[in-house]
Amino acid sequence: MRRKTTFQLLMQTGAWMVLAFLLLPMLVVLPVSLTPNEYISLPSDGFSLKHYENYFTDPEWLSATWTSIVIALSVAVIATILGTAFAIGCWLLSDVWAMVARWVLIVPILVPPVVQALGFYRFWVKLGLIDSMTGVILAHTLLALPYVSIAVFAALANLDRRIVQAARSLGASVWRTVIAVIVPAARPGMIAGAVFAFIVSFDEIVGVLFITVRNVQTLPKMIWQGINESIDPTIAAVATVLTVVTILIMVAVTWRWKARP
Amino acid sequence: MIARSLTDKGRYWILILPALAIMLTFYIWPLVEIFGISFSEPKPGFENYVSMFDSRPIRTSFVITFRVAAITTIWCLVLGYIVSYAIYNTAPRYVGLMIALVLLPFWLSVLIRSFAWIVLLGRSGVVNDSLGAVGLINEPLPLMHNEFGVILSMVHVMLPFAILPIMANMKGISRAYVDAARGLGASELRAFVSVYFPQTLPGVLSAALLVFVLALGFYITPALLGGGRVLMISEYITYQIQELLNWGVGTSLSVALLLATAAVILAAGRFVNLRRTLLERR
Repeated sequence: MRRKTTFQLLMQTGAWMVLAFLLLPMLVVLPVSLTPNEYISLPSDGFSLKHYENYFTDPEWLSATWTSIVIALSVAVIATILGTAFAIGCWLLSDVWAMVARWVLIVPILVPPVVQALGFYRFWVKLGLIDSMTGVILAHTLLALPYVSIAVFAALANLDRRIVQAARSLGASVWRTVIAVIVPAARPGMIAGAVFAFIVSFDEIVGVLFITVRNVQTLPKMIWQGINESIDPTIAAVATVLTVVTILIMVAVTWRWKARP
Repeated sequence: MIARSLTDKGRYWILILPALAIMLTFYIWPLVEIFGISFSEPKPGFENYVSMFDSRPIRTSFVITFRVAAITTIWCLVLGYIVSYAIYNTAPRYVGLMIALVLLPFWLSVLIRSFAWIVLLGRSGVVNDSLGAVGLINEPLPLMHNEFGVILSMVHVMLPFAILPIMANMKGISRAYVDAARGLGASELRAFVSVYFPQTLPGVLSAALLVFVLALGFYITPALLGGGRVLMISEYITYQIQELLNWGVGTSLSVALLLATAAVILAAGRFVNLRRTLLERR
């Protein structure tokens, strides 16, 4: 082990300070969620769990959470199927047109959220999809597709094309080769893509603000309205719950990763 | 043989088409329609664009948008570079923890993180309350509803997007070159400036493009922390559409923002490997 130089120590100290800047603001929601007051504040005399109780018993918050989960799961399934087929097709084709198609599919990453929301709104009005679950699932699927196709393509980069050629020359059809050879190689990318798709949908707010009215209430929309109307400490409780769930999932994923050979 | 390869190609297209078709129909086409509306509402012609160039508030909004995006990008690059450098060059013991601390905010929703900043920076937020309680200030500091608050929280939101590309690039750089430079008598700083840093430039430029493009179109954080006083283009568009139902102005601004974004990406293409930055991320 080489000794650390002053320059390295400086960079390291700086890095920990930046990481603290990243982490600390997210931790502040925890004490605020435990305040006994009805407004956003640090708990001064005693703690209270009433804002958690409110979140877990209020029918509006619960149904919004449920709606968000249902939409995000649907998006994860649909986007993963479509995006995987797309990436595999492009990987097999691998010519100029496949490249063009791949660029088309990532456009939603680059277009500003408000601009695409305007597009959705005008078109969804024509289709009668405003304020419907179908409309939100369709919009979120479009936003999730780039992430799925990028993840699956990254997984396929490790697949040797000669294995596919071998399968074909031994008489397997295109479909059989896809199912038996390519999909298993794409699986890590499909899983990563599905997780991405879920999160993209679960967190999405700008599109939902434009294409839903009253009928479809998602969790981000409830939080958004809560922040704009009355800053209620229930939002802090919701934020804490979501942060803890995120940490737990991250820990679980890391563990699985390490457990594998 | 030729006939067979043609049918194979057809089969590949069957896999590609469903995703491509819904993207073209339900995403690209609505964007084209936005373009059309900007030339047809309230009446056909270029009127929206002419009045856009004449409007002072719109010009101000564009200036604010580019300024906020540029300042955010610079801070993200500097802070992100320090973190990435430490992860790959100084702290082998805590690499796992450091990467986890970068990824956690990446996975957590932008809305929740903006909410946390409101809680911290508000007039009776945690920072002002604590400073007041200790007796350091008599009046709450204006930390929010200004550019300071917007940029601070935007840097927080965007930082992981800067760190990940820089890290991906640093991962592939061998220490051998810096060691060689040091062995030949270069000082630590000189070895960093003329040997290490140039090798990390592709990652830095990728990060710059990604953060700048995301920041240009950003809506959530400026809308929540700007309090209507830091009107970036996205918020301006929303205001025109939702409050004034002014679709002509809203859509022509959308086209302008879209073109500005495209121009930034194309200009960056001279310095950045676009395929690597956008198409083959991680």
